Amino acid sequence: MSVPVRGGPVHLDPPGPEPTGLGRFADFGGRFVPETLVPALEELEAQFRTAWGSDEFRAEYAELLGSYAGRPTPVTECHRLSDRLGIRVLLKREDLTHTGSHKINNVLGQAMLTKRMGKTRLIAETGAGQHGVATATAAALFGLDCLVFMGAVDVERQALNVWRMQLLGAEVVPVTSGSATLKDAINDAMREWVASVNTTHYCIGSVMGPHPFPWMVREFQSVVGAEAREQSRAILGGADPQMVVACVGGGSNAMGTFAGFIDTDAELIGVEAAGLGLESGKHGAAIARGVPGVVHGMRSLFLQDEDGQVLEAHSISAGLDYPGIGPEHAALAASGRARYESATDDEALSGFQLLAETEGIVPALEPAHAIGWVAREAGHSIPKDTTVLITLSGRGDKDAAQVAERLTGERLQ
Amino acid sequence: MTVAVEPYLRARRGEGRKLLVPYVTGGLGKHWLEVVRAVVDAGADAVEIGIPFSDPVMDGVTIQEASQRAIALDATPRSILMEAASLDVGVPLLVMTYYNLVLHAGLERFAAELAVAGIGGAIIPDLPLDELAPWAEAADEAGVETVLLAAPTTTPERVVAICERSRGFVYGVSLMGVTGERTSLAAQAGEMGARLKAVTDKPALLGVGISTPQQAAEASQFADGVVVGSALVRRLLQGGGPSEAADFIASVRTALDAG
Repeated sequence: MSVPVRGGPVHLDPPGPEPTGLGRFADFGGRFVPETLVPALEELEAQFRTAWGSDEFRAEYAELLGSYAGRPTPVTECHRLSDRLGIRVLLKREDLTHTGSHKINNVLGQAMLTKRMGKTRLIAETGAGQHGVATATAAALFGLDCLVFMGAVDVERQALNVWRMQLLGAEVVPVTSGSATLKDAINDAMREWVASVNTTHYCIGSVMGPHPFPWMVREFQSVVGAEAREQSRAILGGADPQMVVACVGGGSNAMGTFAGFIDTDAELIGVEAAGLGLESGKHGAAIARGVPGVVHGMRSLFLQDEDGQVLEAHSISAGLDYPGIGPEHAALAASGRARYESATDDEALSGFQLLAETEGIVPALEPAHAIGWVAREAGHSIPKDTTVLITLSGRGDKDAAQVAERLTGERLQ
Repeated sequence: MTVAVEPYLRARRGEGRKLLVPYVTGGLGKHWLEVVRAVVDAGADAVEIGIPFSDPVMDGVTIQEASQRAIALDATPRSILMEAASLDVGVPLLVMTYYNLVLHAGLERFAAELAVAGIGGAIIPDLPLDELAPWAEAADEAGVETVLLAAPTTTPERVVAICERSRGFVYGVSLMGVTGERTSLAAQAGEMGARLKAVTDKPALLGVGISTPQQAAEASQFADGVVVGSALVRRLLQGGGPSEAADFIASVRTALDAG
């Protein structure tokens, strides 16, 4: 692959490894859904496998990623941040995509499949609103109806994104069941899908849910890692970064990034939301504190009580406020190929400010966890002069009001 | 005393009776065992006991609320099964729950706990045929009958496979959607019932959305009987107890018997 440059053609890596059996990544994954959905998932799997193996589909997808989503995104070397931390930091700039986060990569692929399946409507769940906005965007582009489920708590804290989705023609449904956050938005989206599966595609926003979603979403996000690998090598004189770091909620930006480096020597690190601290019980660290279970159609790791009831997650960032994790991450953690760390709400806020001050880049609160973790560990568990690639999964405009209120104690007018 | 599900339902059907299986959320209020006894006295042929789960994706708002309320009242899988063990109602009992609770308890242990509690069957709506094997093995070993669901979207080949593997009865989902009351019987109900009856001799019941005595009677024309959940649970959420539950189930029984 030639080095991807902004405005240049989009290159995709060849298709990555398929899960084994019925969507298994080692012991994780699978398809645990009501019978009503089984035929639709079988159809989706068949359609995706055919499309992803077809040069025509891949060319059309790559073209759309370029002409519409603004790919390739650059890798930026962070000189001032590197000086500050005593390591060498590269950022993969998913914040520069259309709609401002990596979510667009996945929804464009799924919208293309929706058309191929002859369905006319997209539904989606959203936490921070990034995936909801991306789905509403793709729906507008492809002329599809769109319904977005969003926890009532998140509707409150992400008012700007709610309005953006409405502007794009989507209907936003505030979800009041359960904890009224991302987990419950997924529940309601699945319930709606059970009722409307003949005409509707459920555009899941992360590497989670029943097979084929974890595999398919990883593949649609793998362009992030494929580009980042070539761009990093160009900057590092042919070498891979020693460490590749990304935040994980469900884990799609991390999985897409890791996919590009899985066959290199780079150490892969996912950063979970430690919320108020791992010992506080108020966090979103499913790998650090979860146990195996089956929720949202997949076997993976989930925060649960002693009976197996799913616990509410906590994170300052709505996008990491999820008590589970994609099954491939659970498998990578079990095999040791990737390592999972965590950063607290406060560390994410520090990362948010640090990147703004040193590089003029305002990150979303989700990747601010990755920045915060790297900043905390630089010179400690990350040795001096280590080369570190961080995926900046989205931009921070959506979080500005919330962070301002948190830092100043006053609400922006 | 455990009453085996399939032989009992076959015998009842053989008497020319339409089968009625109410659903009661376990642990929903301190009278829930009395509710189970009351619906049996009112004419139920078996009872589904819901073990509430935090994330019930096959359930609409009524059973979601009942589940949350029961969990808030400290209902756990273990407490519900311990309490259910005292029921000796002479008809089969089944649990309806989600796979995570089963997995968390441990497959063999959960199956054994059902057997000890006198529960003859289990319905796990998020465990489709393709993922069934580990649980089915444990359930078969413990003598627990696992009821499988077929849906309007299920292909003909899958309907056959589901009917073959289902134990106790076959549960036909009568509409496209999750549990909850509807104003009329769905158009898919008749076809669903007919598709099951065409390929299996096992008792075939329709459920999901069957809300009134009239709808139950209508649905039972296409199948061997019905499951009634949300319409009963709503009455309990609204403050009804054993006598309100009995009145409602008796009215469904009367409608079924009248044909």
